[in-house]
Amino acid sequence: MRTAFIEELVHLAAKDERIWLVCGDIGYSVLEAFADRFPARYLNAGVAEQNMTGIAAGLALTGKTVFTYSIANFPSLRCLEQIRNDVCYHNLNVKIVAVGGGLAYGSHGYTHHAVEDIAVMSALPNITVIAPADPVEARAVTRMIAVQPGPAYLRLGKAGEPILHTSDLAVTYGKAILLREGSDLALISIGGMLANTLTAADKLNRAGYSVRVLSMPFAVPLDEDAIRGAVADTSVILTIEEHGPGGLGSTVGECIARSGQAVTFVPLRLGRSPIKVAGTQEQLRAMHGLSADAIARSAEQALLERRQVCQ
Amino acid sequence: MQVAELEAIARTLRAHAVRMIYHARGAHLGSCLSIADILACLYWDTLRIDHDRFILSKGHAAAILYAALAERGFFPVEELATYCAFNSRLTGHVTSGVPGVELSSGSLGHGLPVGCGMALAAKRDWSPARIVVLVSDGELDEGSNWEAILFAAHHKLDNLLLIVDYNKIQSFGRVQEVLDLDPLADKFRAFRWAVREVDGHAMAQLADTFGNLPFSGGKPGVVIAHTRKGKGVSFMEDDLAWHYRSPTQEQLAIALEELGENGLH
Repeated sequence: MRTAFIEELVHLAAKDERIWLVCGDIGYSVLEAFADRFPARYLNAGVAEQNMTGIAAGLALTGKTVFTYSIANFPSLRCLEQIRNDVCYHNLNVKIVAVGGGLAYGSHGYTHHAVEDIAVMSALPNITVIAPADPVEARAVTRMIAVQPGPAYLRLGKAGEPILHTSDLAVTYGKAILLREGSDLALISIGGMLANTLTAADKLNRAGYSVRVLSMPFAVPLDEDAIRGAVADTSVILTIEEHGPGGLGSTVGECIARSGQAVTFVPLRLGRSPIKVAGTQEQLRAMHGLSADAIARSAEQALLERRQVCQ
Repeated sequence: MQVAELEAIARTLRAHAVRMIYHARGAHLGSCLSIADILACLYWDTLRIDHDRFILSKGHAAAILYAALAERGFFPVEELATYCAFNSRLTGHVTSGVPGVELSSGSLGHGLPVGCGMALAAKRDWSPARIVVLVSDGELDEGSNWEAILFAAHHKLDNLLLIVDYNKIQSFGRVQEVLDLDPLADKFRAFRWAVREVDGHAMAQLADTFGNLPFSGGKPGVVIAHTRKGKGVSFMEDDLAWHYRSPTQEQLAIALEELGENGLH
């Protein structure tokens, strides 16, 4: 995803002279594509994220569109108040890019797990919060936030994610992407969990269920129409996210509750406790019920329970 | 502008701040009074309003910044009477949207990094803009400032001027007792900044110092302004209590008398 992002950013910067890239001494062998081509619009602020974000705000106040870039929680939580006061309060064109969202840095340990970022960023004013599912979504939303006024938070994976969409995918601001139509249950996935979600949907299809699959890259603004559609058309809804409480499960759950309709809702997500053991991203996902098999099992169990409730 | 005129403006700004904080039952009057001379010098002598940018990073001194902006013509002076009143845009900490305000502030340690961004943009865009940031002494406890101080020197931001309101009192006591900054000038020199130390209430010295920017080509400049908290009102000077207190009606009258202003408005 980071390759798709930087390629798209270089492409955009060639046409738009306002675009700057500011990193916190992170991005070796990735950001050179931008730095070499646009040295006057590139800055390595050093290992100093508070200053990096303040500088980005200062640049934006002079009319620039500034992308800040670092990994995991460094460009978000380390400089949270700069994002809140300097960027969001002033509604500036600063786009915060975090590489290695979720458990992408699995074995690096909890300091490198970005698993509260969506909840925290979503609480701030004026900001768009996006976690694309694959390189195609990453490109599309990078294009979008480069022209969309105001702050954005872009949570990317790392590298080597499978391509899940065709390259001509049309993404609309604030809208979910429908991948499979279905009427028994809806699987709503944010970010890199889409691959496992699609595999789970295949398993459920083979078991005879009709499964709707939505990729929901926008945590904010939330596509409430898509959620209400799932409530109207299906009886079981699952959210799937590589994130702790306060993310997509919480906002979708609130939307379902406000609909006043009776559906079974299961938020699949990480727990509140830090993960203190090593493991690959996929191993740690599996440990927390986010493997394709575990998603399918949770869905099937919810469907069975729903049928008992309705009998 | 003549020194005597600048001094008269500073007295007017002080009187505004005293009245505003009296009516609002507000705080931070001492912090306002210590920067009155600096603001008068900046807004009526140093700053080229069309080009330069000023950030008051010590956002708790909002009252006197609003007073300076109103007197400088950014909005009607009458509006100062709404300071901290319900539905007024003049909030107790500096808020953008008020004409002339470049950056909202209130949480300390934000202004200098933003100023660095503005200064870098000016350099890369070949703009003549100068960026001036005013911080408090206690504010320099914030690590974000030292990230920015390191950055500004590395990037040779000689279009950036930092002013330290060194009144030697922070919110819990003497700076020397809470978290000592000395030797402050040496710290900035070690970070490769061009340093000037001035009496922050000596108008001629301020005008002369601010009039000689940049102090050194390729280096950001810092003016360490030795000031007195509460300056200009005898019973408020160098007293921590006036970081919090608002004057009684009787104290207001005495303060305005000392400042050469009559009437309670």
